[in-house]
Amino acid sequence: MSNYNIKIMHLYPDLLNLYGDKGNIACMQKRLEWRNIDAEVIRVIAETDDFDISSADIIFLGGGAERENKIVYEKLKSKSAELSGFIENGGTLVAMCDGFAMLGSCVNADSGETEGLGIIDISTIYSKDAKKVIGNAVIACDGLDMPVVGFENHGGMTDIKNHTPLGKVIKGGGADGKGEFEGIVYKNLTGTYLHGPLFPKNPHLCDRILLATLTHKYGNFDALNLLDDSIEIKANEYMINRP
Amino acid sequence: MRKILAIWAAKLSAVAGRLMGKKSSSTPGAIALKICPDLIKQLKKNIKYDIIATCGTNGKTTTNNLLYTALTQNGYKVVCNRMGANMLTGVATAFAMECSWLGRLKADYACLEIDEAYTVKVFEHIKPDYVVVTNLFRDQLDRYGEIETTMEIMSRAFNNSDFPCLILNGDDPISSGFGREYKGTVKYYGISEQVLPQDNDIKEGRFCAVCGTELKYNYCHYSQLGDWFCSECGAKRPAIDFEATDVSLANGLGFSVNGNKFSLNYRGFYNIYNVLAVYSALKCIGVKFESFNTALDEYKPQIGRMEEINLGKPFILNLAKNPAGFNQAISTVLQDTRRKDVIIAVNDKPSDGTDISWLWDVDFEKLAESNLNMLMTSGMRRYDVALRFKYSGITPELIAENIREAILACQSSEAEVCYVLVNYTMLFSTENIMLEIQKEQGRDK
Repeated sequence: MSNYNIKIMHLYPDLLNLYGDKGNIACMQKRLEWRNIDAEVIRVIAETDDFDISSADIIFLGGGAERENKIVYEKLKSKSAELSGFIENGGTLVAMCDGFAMLGSCVNADSGETEGLGIIDISTIYSKDAKKVIGNAVIACDGLDMPVVGFENHGGMTDIKNHTPLGKVIKGGGADGKGEFEGIVYKNLTGTYLHGPLFPKNPHLCDRILLATLTHKYGNFDALNLLDDSIEIKANEYMINRP
Repeated sequence: MRKILAIWAAKLSAVAGRLMGKKSSSTPGAIALKICPDLIKQLKKNIKYDIIATCGTNGKTTTNNLLYTALTQNGYKVVCNRMGANMLTGVATAFAMECSWLGRLKADYACLEIDEAYTVKVFEHIKPDYVVVTNLFRDQLDRYGEIETTMEIMSRAFNNSDFPCLILNGDDPISSGFGREYKGTVKYYGISEQVLPQDNDIKEGRFCAVCGTELKYNYCHYSQLGDWFCSECGAKRPAIDFEATDVSLANGLGFSVNGNKFSLNYRGFYNIYNVLAVYSALKCIGVKFESFNTALDEYKPQIGRMEEINLGKPFILNLAKNPAGFNQAISTVLQDTRRKDVIIAVNDKPSDGTDISWLWDVDFEKLAESNLNMLMTSGMRRYDVALRFKYSGITPELIAENIREAILACQSSEAEVCYVLVNYTMLFSTENIMLEIQKEQGRDK
């Protein structure tokens, strides 16, 4: 039995299943367990009637296909105040791809439709004519000695307004497609368009999020034990050096 | 005149390619089309009977080549892009190669495998009389976009080409949707009984295309294929014209279609669909096929379709390009009870798709239950594959920069068999290396 226990709530893995997000859940879980910290995964799926956001230490919201994103948005609408409180209180939320865009306001430029949970002040514009940002991305993040690498594939362009970006774009289109900044960090919320299995090849980012979660939950948590990340680092380097 | 020039250029380019040891299947056609842009339009007039196109995410090369084999077995002359180059240039190559040096073409049928995303473009040059659709799975989102985008393109292609007869997989709730309110003839094929144990995997395309409700299944074969229905709006698996029953997976594949028995020496449940699609196509175009069983025996699968190469013990090479393909390969591996090594090699070149997120949508964990001796990874994304396993509790024995290293290591292991599962651009190089090793060690005699 460990003295520490982290509950990871995975929101709608059955609907938002486009890009192998379960790699992130597996990565967080294993990296906690390898340090003798209990990790419990709570799966909230389409049939789940109700769930208690405050029971989670980490909430993960990923990306899905257009139709499924809409279903998730409809389901989360009634939870937006709770989610907002969770973030403001220092809870850890990891939002990727459309899950990230969904937290702000979203405007469809063609139909004029607006949606979005409006929890944070970012705005995303969707338009059929906009060129999608697709490709490998490399991001330099303050406080992380190794770049964050991943893959982006988004048609929505996001203005992060006054938020602190997750990092500076070294390679890729960034959140707004202009190639300057990617994602946001706000309290313990990390939002990014880098999708899918981001954590396995960015163990430093994963650990930063885990440490912040443990610190938030247990007050002073010293540091995470070092792990053998040689394969992770090789995977990360491949992306940096990839022509 | 331009036509003959184009054909000569294509033929010469193919010869030059062969001399350099390349399997040119697109370049000759590309050159020919530069010289004579309407080459295909001119040549298709010489097809005496029908033009049959095959599309779909998985199984199109096998289906198309099997159809070719069946037709040639019946004595017909057939134009076919057998090498799997399935865009406009590959089709042009196939036509140019089938012409005489004087530019004459005499053929009865054309069997063309066409990339879904290129159907509109290719059908502008050559309208098919029949289109076989194998299935639609999630594949290379960075290239194709979501499945809806692919369906839109294909629908447009069918509309633009005067509604060819569609031969659809009724078990697939996604691609069978082409038949809904279709203005031309539609025939469906399917496997009409439960064969495999049922699991609760998350399925792609499990929402009703009509009303958006989650689909239900009487039984499921794999991915989203099965006897599906919507409890909300009543949409369901269509009435099947060509149905496989009495399926047996012991010692190869056995099944009956409308009373005709087939037994095949192939591995892989999905091959039932490939054979069924060909059977349906032959029935639709009205070809007699007393010799269909012979064609099945004669048929030589393309490289890397569970291809067995002897390196002291059997090494089985298989191509898999997407989650559905890999999951099917893995379930075939699981049916083999021998002690085994497994090598997984993944590249991320443009034709593979540069986004490899899908690695996490493959049930690689199941390999742990396959009497696994050693697991090795290779290819450009060998570290990502290794991480996929590491975080699922399986430690790769070796992460090999060159797959040769991994193959040699497996040769001397205690396992009885080695499975080598690779994606597209790893395929030819891996086969070459395996054949090289075979030759070096004098095992090719």
